[in-house]
Amino acid sequence: MQTPDLDSLPGIPLDEDGPVFREPWQAQAFALVLKLHEQGLFTWAEWAERLNRAISAARAAGDPNLGNTYYHHWLAALEGIAADKRLVTSEALARRRDEVQEEHQRLHGHSH
Amino acid sequence: MTESSHRAPLSDVQLRVRALESLLTEKGVVNRETLDGIVDHYENKVGPHIGAAIVARAWTDPEFKARLLEDASATLAEQGYTGIEGSHMVVVENTDAIHNLVVCTLCSCYPWPVLGLPPNWYKSTPYRAKAVRDPRGLLREFGLELPEETAVRVWDSNAEIRYLVLPKRPEGTENMSEAELQEIVTRDSMVGTGQATLEQ
Repeated sequence: MQTPDLDSLPGIPLDEDGPVFREPWQAQAFALVLKLHEQGLFTWAEWAERLNRAISAARAAGDPNLGNTYYHHWLAALEGIAADKRLVTSEALARRRDEVQEEHQRLHGHSH
Repeated sequence: MTESSHRAPLSDVQLRVRALESLLTEKGVVNRETLDGIVDHYENKVGPHIGAAIVARAWTDPEFKARLLEDASATLAEQGYTGIEGSHMVVVENTDAIHNLVVCTLCSCYPWPVLGLPPNWYKSTPYRAKAVRDPRGLLREFGLELPEETAVRVWDSNAEIRYLVLPKRPEGTENMSEAELQEIVTRDSMVGTGQATLEQ
């Protein structure tokens, strides 16, 4: 698999082996971006720009920039670019989010 | 970590990632297998090698093994393994008499701090159903034929407890170092769908 240029993404948590994820959802969000990029839905430069904008916006809004919120910004940028590319509307996304939550509660909300 | 928790609600970010993944999958823009493939490829920080190190240590250090089986959460925490906070981890030992198999019948609870992200099959409905209904048949599908006298014990993960299987140390490994042993401990052997073997 081709790894895009991760160095063009300032602040991404990396070690000598590659990206570091603190929780599974972060790896999932990472994989989604790689896949969409691989399918040619956006260029890597476009993604880097988008991500930087999301990070700047979060800083302006008071994010302390300790590195632990990196994938929160990643996810916000991903939602933004998916909407811009007309892959999903923010309404559909919000609706699906609620459905996922309801489904999760339906399945797991009980004691067992 | 609520990813593997039944009762706890999903966090906002988990919900949003799932919503995106679900919509994009539905539209055919991405498919789950490819995404899992990418995750597998990059998930190198948290991964089965952590579990393998724990198993190899338990095979070579009886005192560590005893404490691990007694109280895995405390023992691993004191050894500096992270990510297992807030949940109870139980290590179950395979012997000639008992083969342990881990499943999550409700969703996909998985001891990800030591095994990384769950493989696709672990999350699939057929696996979850068959593990309970016909564990021996399921193991056969994984190419594992157990002797009649070995009982299969199935552990259903839940919010409070995550299980890790301590596979049997294969014969012929007496002279192997801890580092060499680590290499033969596979992810599947720690879920119970496989065994640690010398032929790999």
